[in-house]
Parts: sequence; C-alpha cells; structure tokens
Amino acid sequence: MNLRRFILIGVPYLWLLALFLVPFLIVLKIALSDIALARPPYMPQLDLSAGWEGIRSFFAALDFENFAFLTTDDLYWKAYLSSLEIAVVSTVITLLVGYPMAYGMARAATEWRPTLLMLVILPFWTSFLIRVYAWMGILSGEGVLNQFLIWTGLISEPLTILNTNLAVYIGIVYTYLPFMILPIYAALEKMDDSLLEAAEDLGCSRTKAFWLVTIPLSKSGIIAGCFLVFIPAIGEFVIPSLLGGSGTLMIGKVLWEEFFSNRDWPVASAVAIILLLILIIPIILFQRNEQKQREAGG
Amino acid sequence: MSQKVFAPWDDPNEKPLIQFKGVTKRFGDFTAIDDLSLDIYAQEFFALLGPSGCGKTTMMRMLAGFENPTSGTILLSGQDIAPVPPNKRAVNMMFQSYALFPHLSVWDNIAFGLRRGNGSKQEISERVEEMLRLTRLEKFAKRKPHQISGGQRQRVALARSLAKAPKLLLLDEPLGALDAKLRQDTQFELMDIQEKTGTTFVIVTHDQEEAMTVASRVAVMDEGRLIQVATPSVIYEAPESVYVADFIGDVNIIEGSASQSGDKVEISWAEGEMPIRGTTAKTFAPGQPCHFAIRPEKVTITTERPDSANVLQGKVIDIAYLGNLSTYHVKLPNGTMMKAQTANTRRLANRGITWEDDVWLSFTDTAGVLLER
Repeated sequence: MNLRRFILIGVPYLWLLALFLVPFLIVLKIALSDIALARPPYMPQLDLSAGWEGIRSFFAALDFENFAFLTTDDLYWKAYLSSLEIAVVSTVITLLVGYPMAYGMARAATEWRPTLLMLVILPFWTSFLIRVYAWMGILSGEGVLNQFLIWTGLISEPLTILNTNLAVYIGIVYTYLPFMILPIYAALEKMDDSLLEAAEDLGCSRTKAFWLVTIPLSKSGIIAGCFLVFIPAIGEFVIPSLLGGSGTLMIGKVLWEEFFSNRDWPVASAVAIILLLILIIPIILFQRNEQKQREAGG
Repeated sequence: MSQKVFAPWDDPNEKPLIQFKGVTKRFGDFTAIDDLSLDIYAQEFFALLGPSGCGKTTMMRMLAGFENPTSGTILLSGQDIAPVPPNKRAVNMMFQSYALFPHLSVWDNIAFGLRRGNGSKQEISERVEEMLRLTRLEKFAKRKPHQISGGQRQRVALARSLAKAPKLLLLDEPLGALDAKLRQDTQFELMDIQEKTGTTFVIVTHDQEEAMTVASRVAVMDEGRLIQVATPSVIYEAPESVYVADFIGDVNIIEGSASQSGDKVEISWAEGEMPIRGTTAKTFAPGQPCHFAIRPEKVTITTERPDSANVLQGKVIDIAYLGNLSTYHVKLPNGTMMKAQTANTRRLANRGITWEDDVWLSFTDTAGVLLER
C-alpha cells in the first residue's frame, strides 16, 4: 500500500479515533466509576504514577452499579420510551410534510429549482437557538399565533401550545424538515420522467404510477431522511427544554439534569452510554441501507 | 404470381388503422405539427423520418396519448382517441431511454403492464415467459435492468411494450443507444418480431438507413409537415423534392433549365457543357428551372471516354474508401463537384483511378430524377 493511500484512509480514522472513540472510552470509564465530592466529581482516578499497582486498583474499583441504578428508577426508562415516541412521531410528521415539498421541488421548472433549494436551506443562516426562541414568541399565550387566531375570531381564549408536547413536535418538525426534504429531493430529482409515462402507457393511473414507481424509486431518500431526523430528534435537548413543559420527558433533558443539576457524572454517563447504544442500532441499519444502495447503483 | 404484395395503401377498400385528419399541434407560438393528414394501415411497419425538431416525436406522443392535438382528429380503428387517456389506449410505446423500472427485475418489468389488466397469475406468467422467449431473454429474467447490457435492455423494453399485445406499437428511436453492429442485427430482429406478432409498428427515427431497412413505408417529415410518404424504394429512386433526395442517402444535385420533348428532357446547366439528358413523366415548360438529382452509384467513372447518353469530364479531387465501396469526388471544368461510387470488386492495389487523375463520368438518360423543387 502506498503512502498516499495510507494517509487518505488514515486521516479520517485518526479523526474518528481522537474525537469519537477516545471521548467515548472516557465517558464509559466515568459511567463505571462512583460519584464523589471531588473535582472531577467521581472516583476512582487513574493514578499512573503508582505504576502497575495504580492501574490494577483502578480497574478493581470499576463496576456496573450506575447501569443497575438506571433500572431501579422508572424515570429513566420512561424518558427513553418517551424520547423514542416523540422521535418516531415527529419523524413520521416530518416525512408527511417534507415529501410533498420535495416532490413539488423536483417537479418544478428547472430554472426554479435552485431558488427553491435555497429557500429550504435559508433558515440555517440564522442560529438554531434564535429560531427556537422565535417559536416561543409565536406559540406563547400572547404570541403571534394566538393574537392572529383571536383577531380572525376563530377562538376567543388563547390556546395553550407553548410548554406542551405539541410545541415540541412543532419545533422538531420545523428544525429537521430540511434534513428530510433534501435527500428525498435528491432521489426524486434523479428520476427519469419517462418512467412515469411508461407506467401510464402500461395501464397505470397517475396515482397508481406514483405508488408503484415514484415511491419505490425515492425509497433511499425516504430512509435517509427519516434517519437524519430520527437520530438527532431522539437525543434532542434544546427544543424540549425551551418549548416543552414540565410534562415533556426526554432523555436529553434527563441527561442535562444529571450532569449539571445533580452533578452525578457517573449516572449521567451511564444514561449517555445507553442512549448511544439505542442510537447505534438505527445507525447500523442506516449504514446497511446506504451500502445496499451503493451496490444496487454500481 | 402466388404471393400477394403487402400494399394496403394502394387498395382503396382497405380501412386504415390510424388516421390523422388535419392535425395541428402548437406549443405556445411554436407549431410542431402543421395541418397534417396521414393514413397508417394495420400490420404496417411505418417509419417517421426527419431531422430533430421536425415533429416526429410529437406525432408519436399524440398517438400514445401524452399530447392532444390542438386541432384536427386522430382516429384509431375509426374512433377518435383524443378523450382516451394513455392508460386506456390499446397502444404501447417503447421509449427512447427504454424507461425500464430500475427497481424491478426483467420479469417484473415485462409483467408490469399485464398486472394492470385483469388476467390471472397463470396467464400473466405464461405471457411473460412467451415474451422472454420471443426476445431471447429467458436467462436474464431475474436480473435488474442495470445488470444487463444495452442490447438486452432494448429487448426488455420491446418485450414489455409488446406484452399487452397492443393494436399499435410505437417505437421512439428504439435503436439510438446501440452501437452500429448491434443496431444492424437488431433491425432485422425487430422486423422478424413485427412479422411474427402481426402488430402495427410506428417507428420514429432520424437514421435514414434504419428507416429504409425496417419500414414498409417511410414518411419524410420537416418542420411539422409530411414531405413525402412512400415505400423505401420509391423514396430513394423517385423522390418528389430535392429535400427528400438530399435527406435520404447521397445525391448529386444539378440545377438547370429544362427543355422537354415527349418524355425526354435536356437540361442546360453550365456554359460550354453539353446539356444533361434525362427522362421524366412530368411536364416542364421550356426554360423552366429544375433540379436534376442522380445517386453517386448510378454514375460510372472511367479513364477512357465511354459511349453513353451523358458524358462529363473531370479530375479526381478526393476518394472516400469505405471498404466495399469507394466514392470519388470529381471536379468538373466549371468547378461543380460530382460524386461517383463504384463497388470495390477488385483489391485496392489493382485499382486504376487515383487522386488528380483525369476521368470520365457517365450515366444513362434514365439514371437520374428531374425535380421541380
């Protein structure tokens, strides 16, 4: 193997090793240690100056009791389940909203497509945090939405949207919509229009042709979009803490509280490790889908 | 004569399968088809031939149902097809890009149209197998379109469009994506399949050789109009206009003025040259401008002055060697270039004529065609 190739492959691996695997091992180590009133707030510390003896005593002190603790309090598994539910539901809503948009973009006149694409990407020019704050202004009791609805006479009392799960769904769908639209658009845009004409020519109605040709051919985009929304949504922290209420239970919030309110780093780390394991399953499925697509395309 | 010649267009009792009646199609300001009338008969292999943008594809798309005429009617078996959507027409189309469904296997692609009908599973499967045999694709039934070659894809597209046994099959540049050798084989295969199935084929092509090879009749189109509709041999030997003569094959065109006596015409075309003697069934007024068209293979090239109705002297400027044929570009004293073609029945080393040679061109008085326009 020549040097150039070695460097080309080596750099991303080194990147992953330094910025993913090493931090992961550190978090895993903390998850296996015990809480302590110290700085950093856990025991044991790895004392390399004590030599071999130090390393042995370090490993001897590690145990799984933080993971065991997660099973004793139903807060944790409820938070995991609730996060899963919110992530699944918002992924489905994002798909239902995003697919027609991507479809419309792909069928729009060629000269309009760059503009439409630009409009999808445009929100990223504003900080994510500011956009979520803006939603607080829109959804609150005296917010723009309620004022508008009262003005039109549709309602007489302001609706309570902010600090409910509904606001969390709105926030997640809004934030992650571009991640759904872009891969689906990419898949639809590649599609040859004559395929739909062929389907019609062979006896399909327009609707039937959509289900038999368009949907299967955009499957890779749908799957990619769903994972791109689902994976960040499940660990989402900012949106539920700003838009959600006290009843909104999401694992990201639990994690934050363990780390910063309770200063229980070992339990927080254990929560993070479990979350990662939950996420790794869909990530592997996603990778597999990509692989299959590549093989089919090649 | 025991065998009847297939020529329903000459039989006044024959009912055409397709009739275009004063069809016009406009896209905005652009007139793609201009007041066009045409009859196509059952079991014909009909070719629409013309340069790109001449409206041939628009005609095909109107037959398939993807476009409707702006005015005029199209009848299929005597019925106006304008209100019938594409999925309800007994017409199938083979697309230029083949438009095979990439997510379906060859088998499922062929079965796609059949599944939209109400045939039983058994019937569908039998029909698909039949189509696979017809197009010699049995071995590839389980493959996906991207796993087979271009020629095989072309056959899948053909099998898929034939599976529903349409009254009319439309082929849009069906061989455009194939290389020259494969295209020739496939042309004969197409004719064979057309004959076996008895389906009426309408083929769109810009390749005149392809149209000549496969078609029973050829329609030469330009700018939304039909220029001439006739059998390949009539189109080639008796074109009605310079456009057709020039579009189909190679041709020498000489402009001049006619003086007619009976069916013989003398065309004076250049100072100091003998008039060209030709034969025509048309009538030309004395001095009427006309075009004399003669195919290069009908012009004989010799080193000695031959005895013929028309003899011209010139110098060889260029030789295009095509293997089986050679085309000589000969410059006449007044600067006119003439092409003469000979079959290379001898090997190259024995050939008598080369560059810069003084040669004689000759042709009989029936070899060329006189054209008014």
